[in-house]
Amino acid sequence: MNAPASTSASASAGASTVTVYVPRDSAALAVGADEVADALRAECARRGIALDLVRNGSRGLLWLEPLVEVATPAGRVAYGPVTAEDVAALIDAGALSQANGPASASSTIDPRAAAHPLHHGLTDQIPYLAKQERLCFARMGITDPLSLADYEAHEGWAGLRAALALPNDAIVQQVLDSGLRGRGGAAFPTGIKWKTVAATRAMQKYVVCNADEGDSGTFSDRMTMEGDPYMLIEGMTIAAMAVGATRGYIYIRSEYPDAIKTMNEAIARATAAGFIGANVLGSSRAFHLETRKAGGAYVCGEETAMLESIEGKRGIVRAKPPLPAIEGLFGKPTVINNVISFASVPLILSRGATFYRDYGVGRSRGTLPIQLAGNIKHGGLVEKAFGVTLRELLYDYGGGSASGRPIKTVQVGGPLGAYVPESQWDLPLDYEAYAAVGAVVGHGGIVVHDDTADMAQLARYAMEFCAIESCGKCTPCRIGSTRGVEVIDRIVAPPASLKPGMPNKPQQVQLLRDLCDTMVNGSLCAMGGMTPFPVLSALNHYPEDFGLAKPDREAA
Amino acid sequence: MHSQPSPESRRERRDPSRAPREIAPAAPDTEAQALARAVVKRRAAEAGALLPILHEVQDALGHVPREVLPVIADGLNLSRAEVHGVVTYYHHFRTEAPGRHIVQVCRAEACKSMGADALFEHAQERLGCHAHGAHQHHAGTSEDGRYTVSPVFCLGLCASSPAIVIDDKLHARMNAQRFDRLIDGIERSDASVAGTAKDAA
Repeated sequence: MNAPASTSASASAGASTVTVYVPRDSAALAVGADEVADALRAECARRGIALDLVRNGSRGLLWLEPLVEVATPAGRVAYGPVTAEDVAALIDAGALSQANGPASASSTIDPRAAAHPLHHGLTDQIPYLAKQERLCFARMGITDPLSLADYEAHEGWAGLRAALALPNDAIVQQVLDSGLRGRGGAAFPTGIKWKTVAATRAMQKYVVCNADEGDSGTFSDRMTMEGDPYMLIEGMTIAAMAVGATRGYIYIRSEYPDAIKTMNEAIARATAAGFIGANVLGSSRAFHLETRKAGGAYVCGEETAMLESIEGKRGIVRAKPPLPAIEGLFGKPTVINNVISFASVPLILSRGATFYRDYGVGRSRGTLPIQLAGNIKHGGLVEKAFGVTLRELLYDYGGGSASGRPIKTVQVGGPLGAYVPESQWDLPLDYEAYAAVGAVVGHGGIVVHDDTADMAQLARYAMEFCAIESCGKCTPCRIGSTRGVEVIDRIVAPPASLKPGMPNKPQQVQLLRDLCDTMVNGSLCAMGGMTPFPVLSALNHYPEDFGLAKPDREAA
Repeated sequence: MHSQPSPESRRERRDPSRAPREIAPAAPDTEAQALARAVVKRRAAEAGALLPILHEVQDALGHVPREVLPVIADGLNLSRAEVHGVVTYYHHFRTEAPGRHIVQVCRAEACKSMGADALFEHAQERLGCHAHGAHQHHAGTSEDGRYTVSPVFCLGLCASSPAIVIDDKLHARMNAQRFDRLIDGIERSDASVAGTAKDAA
C-alpha cells in the first residue's frame, strides 16, 4: 500500500504524542483550517510538544469550522471555531495536556480547557451529532480521507467483498430490496436502473457517477468526495460488478477543485492497492475509474447532458428514450447515479438490505444526508432517516436563523425546488408527502431565508437562473425563462405606459401561470420543467411580495 | 462528404487566388498554439478528450485563446465550429485573458440569503470591474487588467455563506470588511513583489 502510515490510530506514536485533528474539507479550508494547522505545528514545535496532526474530513458541524479535535482516552474533544490566533491560547489553557490522562472524561479534560469558550466537550456527545442517524456519513470526519488503513478499519471494502461473493443478480436484488432511490433528486429506484443495465447485452458498459452537484444549498456530494472518497469508489465498483461494467467516470464540477484532487488521489491509491483496476480484489474482474472535470454548466447535472459533456460535446439534453441504461455513454448501457446513491451501496451490501430498509417511512427508505444552509445559525450536515420534519431541522438542529430574525421561507431541493411556507414545516421529509404539496425533497438541500427575503425577487431569480443555464434545446425552457423574468418584472413594477387604473396585474399573473404550465408540461428535462416550482410556490404562498392580496386559503 | 467534387469545384480549388485555407503554408505556431498542439497530441486518444484538453490549456494559459481552436479542431478531427461551440457553451472556459487576480462571488440562493448580492456589488465597486450580459452573468475585468470579477453559481459552501474564490482559494463567511481585508493583503503583496522587481532591476 502506498498510503502513508495511518496517523489516526497513533499507535506508533510515542506515549507523549498528542493527536490533533484539523479538517481538510473545503468548508474548513475556506475559513482558515490550513492556517490553524500551520499555527498548531509551529506552536507545538516551539513548545517541544510531539504533535501527530491528522487532516480529517469534516464532521459536518460547519458553523464550528475549523473544528479542532484533540484525541483523549475518553474520546475526541472538540474546539471550534478555532482561528490561527486562538491556537496559542488554547494550548496555554491545557487543551493538549488532556490527551494522555486516565480514561474518564471528567478527569482527563483540563478544567481550564473545559472553561475555554471554544470548548464543546466530547465531539460525539454534541447533540447535533449525537441525535443523527449516520449510515452513509458514519466515517465522515472520523478518518483521514485518503488513508486506506483508516477506511479498512472502519468497515471499508466490506460491501465490495460481500458483493464479490454473490452472483450479479443477487447484488442487484440487494439494492432493489433496500428500497434505495436515486439521491440526486429524481428518486428513481436505483436497483431498477441497475437491473436494466445488467439485462442489456453489450461489449462495453459504463458506470457514471453524477457529481455535478450544482444545487445551491447542497454539499453532501462534495463532503463525500473530500471526506470519504473510498466509499464512493467502493459503491461504484459494486455497481460495475453487478452490471458487468469495466469502466467508470466521476463527473465532478469545476467549482470543486478540492474534491477533484482528493478523488484523483484516492483513485490512484485504490488502484495501486488492487481495490480497483485490472483485477478488482483478486477477482480477475476489471474496473477502471477516472474523474472528469465539468465546465460550470448547471444543466450538465441532467444525466443525458452530462453524458454529452463526458463525450466532449456541448452539454445539450438528449431526448429519452433511449434510456441511458440501454444507450448511454458512447451509446453503451450505462448506470448513472448520484454520489450519495453510490455511497449508500457499500453499507447495504455489508449490513444487508433489511438493515437499510428499516430506516425511513413509506416508500422513502433509508437515510438522507440533509444539508442545512443559507441563513441558519447551525448550518451543516444532518443525516437522518426519512420522516424528520423541517421544523425539527430548522430549530432543533439549525437553531433558527443566523441573522436572529424570523425564518420566512425554506427552499428545499435546490434552485428547482419549491419554497416551503411555515404551514408545511411539519410534513415528514418523504418523497411522496412532498410531491403531494408540489414540493420536492431533491438532493436534500435546505436553504433558509429570513423575513427580509423578497419572494418576488427570488422567483425572478429562478427564471433568470434558468435563462442563464438553459441548454437551449427546447423552447419552453430557452424562451420561457426569459419571458418569465419579464412577466415577473411587469407584475412587480407595472410599466409606465400602462393607463392609470387599468387592472393589468391579474392578467400578468395569469400569464405567468400559463407560462409556468407550458414550461412544466412542455420542457424536455427538469431544468425548464421544474423552474416553475420555486416561482409558483413563491406566488402562491407569498402573493403580498408580488403586490397582490394576501392568500385566500379557500381559493388556494 | 464522400461524394466526388464536381469538375467546377475542382477548378475552383485550383484557382490560386482562391486557394483553400488548408493548403496555404501554415504559419509558425504561436506559443499558445504550440502548447495546445502538445496537449492534443498527448490526449487525443482519450475518449471524449475535448473537455480535458480545454481544461489543460486553460489551466496553463489562464484562458483558451481563439487562435488555439483550429489547432484543437485539427488534432481531434472536429470542425472549428464544434470546438468553438463547446468553448463558448461552458461558463468555465474563457476566450479572453482574465485580470491578474480572479475573484468569483457566489450568487446562488444560499449565499443570497446571507447578502451575496450586496457583496457582489461591493466587489465590483472596489475592484472597478463590471459584470455584463442580460443577467450580469459575464465576468468583468478592470481597465488596468488587475482584476476580473465573475459571478459563480454555488461553491458548495452553502452553510458558510456568502462564499467567494480569489485565485483558486476559497473564502467563506464573507462580508464587505473581510473582503476588503483580503484585497488589501493582495495589494500589499503585489506592491512588495513589484518593489522587489524594481530593486533587482
